[in-house]
Amino acid sequence: MAAERTLPLLSVRGLKTYFHQDEGTVKAVDGVSFDLAPGATLGVVGESGCGKSVTARSILGIVDRPGRIVAGEIHFCRDRGRPGAHGDAARDVIDLAALPPNGPAMRAIRGAEIALIFQEPMSSFSPVHSVGSQIAEAIMLHQQVSRREARAKAIDMLRRVGVSLPEQRVDQLSNQLSGGLRQRAMIAMALSCHPILLIADEPTTALDVTTQSQILELMRQLQREDGMAIMLITHDLGVVAEMATDVVVMYLGRVVEQAPVDAIFHAPKHPYTQALLRSIPRMRSRSRERLTPIAGSVPHPYDRPAGCPFHPRCPQFMAGRCDRQEPALRPVAAGHAVSCFLYS
Amino acid sequence: MLAYIGRRALLAIFTVWAISVLSFAIIQLPPGDYVTSYIAQMASMGSVVSDEEAQTLRIQYGLGQPIYIQYLKWMKLVVQGNFGMSMEWRRPVTEVIGERLWLTVVVSVSALILTWTLALPIGIYSAVRQYSVGDYVATFIGFIGLAVPNFLLALVILYGGFVLFNANIGGLFSPELQDAPWSAAKVWDLAKHLPIPALILGLAGTAQQIRIMRANLLDELRKPYVVTARSKGLPERTVVLKYPVRVALNPFASTIGYTLPYIVSGSIIVSLVLGLPTVGPLLLKALIAQDMFLAGTIVLLLGLMTVAGTLISDILLVWIDPRIRIEDT
Amino acid sequence: MARPETLLEPVPAPGEQVTAGDQRIFVASQWQLMWWRFRKHKVALVSAAMIALFYVVVIGADFLAYADPNVSEAQRSLMPPQRLYVFDGWRFAPYVHGIKGARDPQTFKRVYVADPEVKVPVRFFAEGFEYRFLGLFPTNRHLIGVDGDRDANKTIFLLGTDVQGRDLWSRLMYGTRISLTIGLIGVAMSLVLGVILGGLSGFYGGVIDTVIQRVIEILRSIPTIPLWMGLAAALPRDWTILQVYFAITIIISLLGWTELARVVRGRFLALREEDFVISARLVGCSRMRTIFVHMVPSFMSHIIAATTLALPAMIVSETALSFLGLGLRPPAISWGVLLQQAQNVQTVAISPWLMLPALPVIVAVMAFNFLGDGLRDAADPYGR
Repeated sequence: MAAERTLPLLSVRGLKTYFHQDEGTVKAVDGVSFDLAPGATLGVVGESGCGKSVTARSILGIVDRPGRIVAGEIHFCRDRGRPGAHGDAARDVIDLAALPPNGPAMRAIRGAEIALIFQEPMSSFSPVHSVGSQIAEAIMLHQQVSRREARAKAIDMLRRVGVSLPEQRVDQLSNQLSGGLRQRAMIAMALSCHPILLIADEPTTALDVTTQSQILELMRQLQREDGMAIMLITHDLGVVAEMATDVVVMYLGRVVEQAPVDAIFHAPKHPYTQALLRSIPRMRSRSRERLTPIAGSVPHPYDRPAGCPFHPRCPQFMAGRCDRQEPALRPVAAGHAVSCFLYS
Repeated sequence: MLAYIGRRALLAIFTVWAISVLSFAIIQLPPGDYVTSYIAQMASMGSVVSDEEAQTLRIQYGLGQPIYIQYLKWMKLVVQGNFGMSMEWRRPVTEVIGERLWLTVVVSVSALILTWTLALPIGIYSAVRQYSVGDYVATFIGFIGLAVPNFLLALVILYGGFVLFNANIGGLFSPELQDAPWSAAKVWDLAKHLPIPALILGLAGTAQQIRIMRANLLDELRKPYVVTARSKGLPERTVVLKYPVRVALNPFASTIGYTLPYIVSGSIIVSLVLGLPTVGPLLLKALIAQDMFLAGTIVLLLGLMTVAGTLISDILLVWIDPRIRIEDT
Repeated sequence: MARPETLLEPVPAPGEQVTAGDQRIFVASQWQLMWWRFRKHKVALVSAAMIALFYVVVIGADFLAYADPNVSEAQRSLMPPQRLYVFDGWRFAPYVHGIKGARDPQTFKRVYVADPEVKVPVRFFAEGFEYRFLGLFPTNRHLIGVDGDRDANKTIFLLGTDVQGRDLWSRLMYGTRISLTIGLIGVAMSLVLGVILGGLSGFYGGVIDTVIQRVIEILRSIPTIPLWMGLAAALPRDWTILQVYFAITIIISLLGWTELARVVRGRFLALREEDFVISARLVGCSRMRTIFVHMVPSFMSHIIAATTLALPAMIVSETALSFLGLGLRPPAISWGVLLQQAQNVQTVAISPWLMLPALPVIVAVMAFNFLGDGLRDAADPYGR
């Protein structure tokens, strides 16, 4: 039993997703590996363009063309309670990267076992279909229920996520709802089939602070009730501190550090993580104290530096090593891995 | 929604009024007052108009009175269905026009339907399979539609038919059924002859709609809600057809209103080239012969027809786009 | 380092060298930027060249024609195009064969047969009918021609003749001149109307906007050709060609200004909310100044594009009207007038070369459309 419980729900190994374009190849995800335990919340942080969203989409197989997964494995451990899964003896672990993106196997998982919510709830709902119909569609797609039952479930789901007057809201268009309500509706749509993993791509970035905390609280509550895992993608370290149990830090398509959340905040190992934490304004800092940004800027995607991607901006750059070889992700403590030559 | 339809109906009424004024202007334009020329024309053809008749006509049309009175009198007659007499044919205008107007409607509507049924799937295909062979073929056909004026296209096709098949592919009916009374056979004959005029008339509109649909759909396909739909696990075809196409349909639908006048307009010349028994050839002859009542009435009726069609398409648009129903400001 | 070419280079960080290339981009004017973008659009460039060629014909129509377009010759009626031989043996000496009229023994119709014995040399800068080049210099030189005598066997008809025996090539040259200039004048008028009304509509908004908008909608819902036919037919028969020419232009542009007005209005509406316009007003610029100095330059490029796109419609309208016999009438020559002879399928079946004037119409429409598309893409700063 103990062995089963430590088997990760999602295990990504060496994922590479490239975009082949006329002007060059963008290596949006260039060798990403991490683990997500069942029921845990994994925070994925990094600057814009570091490949967080592409990673999420690679997991679900919905990378926009011309992007493609070119290497790597995504091991997903399906819940044995699901219909269609094998018996108790064998865990049903499948490699999502190997599935044809639009095949029936992948589509059966999408929405039903792994769900995705987006940053912009306004544009993530169809402007001409009612919110309820979009939720019900997801339900009818993955469960054998009638239209009426699906609608009832949709209303239930809306109620569960805290939408008032769900019977009315279910027929409204997305532009008739406020930002917070829309995000709740989005969560309702994602959770309508009770997935075991919820990937949230910057779910609160477009919301004001008050609504943000409400949505996060809602997500925590639903996670407790359903026992689902959350992969929370954000650039906001505050959200990570509040929600995550484990954290993955990404830079230019690579994982530079993965650790439990306390270790990340109190004992960051990778220079990039340290720089990120230094750049956050602190409540207790002295007035007129300057913020410490990270030197330099994110390189152009066609212009990646050789060796360690962070070396041009790294305060602990070691000439001859960091600009020649690429560091690999190595464990330095329990559950804590770093990709840096300082530690290997 | 009712407010919207009400506004469109009001606009339609204004448009009809504008057309009636313009039609009246056409009737009035030749020098001299039209009753006098009518009498003169009838005389030159050997029919005599008695003085009483002449006087009745003068009062009926308000000659000698200010022009707006004349206009009102004419409108009064029109509303009662009296469109005047055709000088050339020496019969009431309504008789002369006869079923030609209906045939014009049939041809125009067929062209419109053809435009839609062709433009929609081709536009969707072009957007989804960008840069494929099909896309290029569609673009090429589109260029023909845009670059070649419809009457020239008609000419070339007629010529081609003549030279290649030694057949006259113009006309709406086979010679033997041309004047026959309506029957199932005649309807079928009409249906067989319709595709070519409908295609010629509709090609320019189709080309334009394909471009619009393609551009709109390309825009929509990049939007986040498409990704949402995909992330729910929907099959790709449903993802495209149910969501972005539906949204791209709205601006597409709003252009029907302006395709109809264009098609009706084009049908005039094309029907001349193809020898169709519609209103077009009649109008041209009337204008050349200065048969003003006939000409003005045709213009008026054509305009009316177009406005009615546009109004219907506006109502259809409301049905398609729920956003108009709701944002009723 | 291969970097994708963009017009907007990232601002160099302090300390980085500003290269000469970057400098050019930073100080490039709006027109230069537009030209650079336009240059990439190959099809538009080709179209621009074609249109330039067309207008060369417009200016030099007299020179390029070789036969008086109005002289008819019943004997030469409906001659097919003659084949031009460029090389006589090995020499570069263009010539055509003489023509013999003959009677087809079966149909008894007049038939033209090329006489291989007779070689009629084609001269460059030959003498022909008299005209005034550019309306100023009297001369009788033409691009090509054949020697002197109007001998029935020694003629050149590159594109054949029409029913009245008039050379089609020469008439086509003159027709191009009229067809393309009517388009220009019509568009100019539409432009004036469109800019004024669209500008008023967009800038002032409110009631003026609503009224003008409704008028535009009404005009757009009216089928144009029946109206044009009616108005054109009403022109008195005794008007001179010039009067008819202008009247037709006015009639066509009366309905054609709506598209331009919509573009102008749209631009005004969009620009009104722009910060730079608001700040111009706040700084104290008068309304006139705001409009003409600040706003108009922003959408000049769009207007140019829209105007170019409006030309083909004008050309086609005139062609259509003349084709029906309601527009320009002989002895005026335009593409439409030329095509009038091709109205009848029987005629065309026997003399298909009568349809040739359709070609320049199609080419001109396509060229203007592509050019307009290219200009529109180049003018749009947010396009890619």
